[in-house]
Amino acid sequence: MNKKLQALIGAGAMAVSAMAMSAAQAAETIKVGVLHSLSGTMAISETTLKDTVLMLVDDLNKNGGLLGKEVEAVVVDPASDWPLFAEKARELIEQEKVDVVFGCWTSVSRKSVLPVFEELNSMLFYPVQYEGEESSRNVFYTGAAPNQQAIPAVDYLLSEDGGGAERIVLLGTDYVYPRTTNKILRSYLNGKGIADEDIMENYTPFGHSDWQSIVADVKAFASAGKNTAVVSTINGDANVPFYKELANQGIKAEDIPVVAFSVGEEELAGIDTAPLVGHLAAWNYFQSVEADANAAFIEKWHAFIGDESRVTNDPMEATYIGFNMWKQAVEQAGTTDVDAVRQAMYGQEVANLTGGTAVMNTNHHLSKPVLIGEVQDDGQFDIVWETEGTVVGDAWSDFLPESAKLTADWTYPWVCGNCEKPMY
Amino acid sequence: MRNDMFSMLRRSPFCLQEVRKSGSRPGNLWGAVLACLLVIFMAVPDTAMAYSDEELRNVAEGLNVKSSTKKIEVIEEMAADGDPRVAPILRAMLEGDLYVRDSDEHVVITRKQGKVYTHIDIVSGEEVGESGSKEISKIKVNNRLRGVLRDALATLNLFSPDLAVRSNAVEQIMDARDPAMLPLLLRAIDREEDETLLARMELARATMALAAGETTEERLSAIEVLASETTPQIRAVLSQFVASAEAEGYEPEVVAAAEDALESVEGRLSTWQTVGDVYRGISLGSVLLLAAVGLAITFGVMGVINMAHGEMIMIGAYTTFMVQQALGSILPSGSAWSLAISVPAAFLVAGAVGVVIERCVIRFLYGRPLETLLATWGVSLVLQQGIRTIFGATNQQVMAPDFMSGAVEFSTGLVLTYNRLWIILFSVIVVAGIAAVLRYTAFGLQMRAVTQNRRMAGSVGIRTGYVDALTFGLGSGIAGIAGVALSQISNVSPNLGQTYIIDSFMVVVFGGVGNLWGTVLGAFSLGIVNKFLEPVAGAVLAKIFVLIALILFIQKRPKGLFALKGRAVEA
Repeated sequence: MNKKLQALIGAGAMAVSAMAMSAAQAAETIKVGVLHSLSGTMAISETTLKDTVLMLVDDLNKNGGLLGKEVEAVVVDPASDWPLFAEKARELIEQEKVDVVFGCWTSVSRKSVLPVFEELNSMLFYPVQYEGEESSRNVFYTGAAPNQQAIPAVDYLLSEDGGGAERIVLLGTDYVYPRTTNKILRSYLNGKGIADEDIMENYTPFGHSDWQSIVADVKAFASAGKNTAVVSTINGDANVPFYKELANQGIKAEDIPVVAFSVGEEELAGIDTAPLVGHLAAWNYFQSVEADANAAFIEKWHAFIGDESRVTNDPMEATYIGFNMWKQAVEQAGTTDVDAVRQAMYGQEVANLTGGTAVMNTNHHLSKPVLIGEVQDDGQFDIVWETEGTVVGDAWSDFLPESAKLTADWTYPWVCGNCEKPMY
Repeated sequence: MRNDMFSMLRRSPFCLQEVRKSGSRPGNLWGAVLACLLVIFMAVPDTAMAYSDEELRNVAEGLNVKSSTKKIEVIEEMAADGDPRVAPILRAMLEGDLYVRDSDEHVVITRKQGKVYTHIDIVSGEEVGESGSKEISKIKVNNRLRGVLRDALATLNLFSPDLAVRSNAVEQIMDARDPAMLPLLLRAIDREEDETLLARMELARATMALAAGETTEERLSAIEVLASETTPQIRAVLSQFVASAEAEGYEPEVVAAAEDALESVEGRLSTWQTVGDVYRGISLGSVLLLAAVGLAITFGVMGVINMAHGEMIMIGAYTTFMVQQALGSILPSGSAWSLAISVPAAFLVAGAVGVVIERCVIRFLYGRPLETLLATWGVSLVLQQGIRTIFGATNQQVMAPDFMSGAVEFSTGLVLTYNRLWIILFSVIVVAGIAAVLRYTAFGLQMRAVTQNRRMAGSVGIRTGYVDALTFGLGSGIAGIAGVALSQISNVSPNLGQTYIIDSFMVVVFGGVGNLWGTVLGAFSLGIVNKFLEPVAGAVLAKIFVLIALILFIQKRPKGLFALKGRAVEA
């Protein structure tokens, strides 16, 4: 029966996307695939990224298109269903013959489409912070790797300004990103002299809504007389009830600061943030960044979406950087051929929205600045700490023994995503 | 002391009030004035120096630096001075209301109203103009500064005339456990007259004296004071003391006493832990009950496997949001009234949707459970995507009224949050209401008649189709009411319903199909079992264990806890 159900849903989704595509048949266009969930649990985050790509495409066409051709976005809906992501990716590449795909949010969806992109030699831009431990020839990772988010954030918590934490609680949703990130963090913390008994690790199911016991446990763990901080990799819908419970149980940021890696402006939109002032988030971009590029971007976004109250967030910036890099690489290569564009991507520089420059490295990860922001009562973040310059994204963490020896470098002589020595 | 009494009197509204109040009773006037004088002396620590206006302004401008270390130096200097004008400045800084005016570099306290910031002079305490956010820049605080500010305020507040402020300050000091505060605390103990607060102060002193104490007797008496208390902080103090005993070379009898005390404190704390688990279980149970009780009617009584039940909850939550938006211009946001109006509104909206679904889809499928399941599943997807199209995929914010924010905190570490307490109460009221409708109204009677024997009910003149529609509407409406409650603890997003649909079915099946009391008992027992398993096994495993246990239970008793007896719904 379950099979039947799935087939039914699949058929429905396909019918919808088929309709969306029939409109897109003009001959001389460059096609950009958009693979973000527009229904199901992840729609809450991913719909915004679909709109971002559409806005960027729109903008590009207004400025004369790319290589003299019009750019056309092909939108499909993988409906937060991981196997469906692979099907939809294949459909985009084989039937729609798109030149590049922007998409995915969760790591499991990325893992699901990875074989498809490698088999058909296409190109995916993945715009979300993730756990690292991966470098595919066919994927460009424009979100943060752990060393561009998790490690600096923990450094901040341990520092005097961050509260000098001596005990750390690692809270996460039970899937690959939190588990891997916490594995890296545990080994990093051990290296910093924090013993295992001072680390509490806890996982909850997706969409967990009853946080009473866990927040009470955190409180008890923090009452041992050592400064305690929480590192949260809680994802998606579970965050709102978590923060509501924190606020109601009266956990103040100056007692137990919570630094989150998956909570941005958009996630805070459903919460009254007044009791949460001082809790932290680590990203490479905040809407509150004061930079001309950012102000222009926000203005453009509000005009496109037609709603002044909509916020911008880090994955949107990552999409923006990825899209502009791809555009520049195509212009440089003079073609949309995947292999040529890939070569042109290396070393590609694009102005980011925080007033600096993002550079694509040969391990398919970006160099970005790292910012730590405090939640304000208007739902925005106040930046309290940032790295001096940019940090180079590291595909393989130096803090896990088995991955420290691996190198990702897709240029000669390495030409490999996970090798201990060069191929040539 | 350069303070003059009258300016102190002027600045202390508490005193003025006292004097004014007692003015009507002349005999008490001198008493009040005397009390005020006492207050004034208490308000200023002995070493206090007060700033001149110019000094205060200059010192406060020292806060306008980037380095937090420099800011801390200034804060500590200001706090040590004891000028009564310092506390409001530090409080404003703690709350993020302290700004620097770009025009003249003056530090001002601001009060924000809409987009306008009213400036308040730190020296005179008077309003000195207003501006937008562009003309002023905030003096930034981070968590380290917040901690320092709070401790500084606590020491200042230790001598506050207001008992509540003082007792807050003592709690802060107890949390901070900074031996540097001991001398100040001792001075406060000398002055304190309130018995309960004095006891707390003695306790705070004991937490510090344990490690800082000089003689064996001092330590033993400190341990004695500590052993009589049951709080997580005391446990931490004692366990730290025991752990460091060897390194510090404490006397064996002191260490033994501390170990005994630690054991008894831990024993009492674990009892409180159990109490907390039970409470959290009841709270989870009440949420499950609210979510499931509508289903107990549609699935339990009518036998309709309604996969769109969760979406009725979601519609209720969105109705709450809509009501709040609609009333936004009349009522302040987060008003209790908007929530009160939402309850009938959500019942009507979700109930109406339920009736439409029953009339358009379900009535053609009675007796065909598999088709009903598929059809309602489809309806749920349509509703979800419909809401997503109308409101967007992002979360909507439903404000909590004041009486639902915050918590009662016991010193034993037990925290009862108000929103959960209200939801427990609300679920009890809802269930009582349903029971009353079923038992005492004509509609309830007809409903029971139709579900027990449709043909017979029809032949005595009950319009069965009509009753079916209303019953389904009632079940859906109650789900809508549940949505109002859940909007206070959960996301208001199109996925809201999915979170609760599985749990709802679990509760109804476990409790026994067609039995309201079974649902109540099922919800609370699932909630409590879940909460006892969670700390041991973790949230993920706890869920799995509960599911496995439920499957085994259903194998043994297919009809759930309370099976309906007699000629039941099967027909």
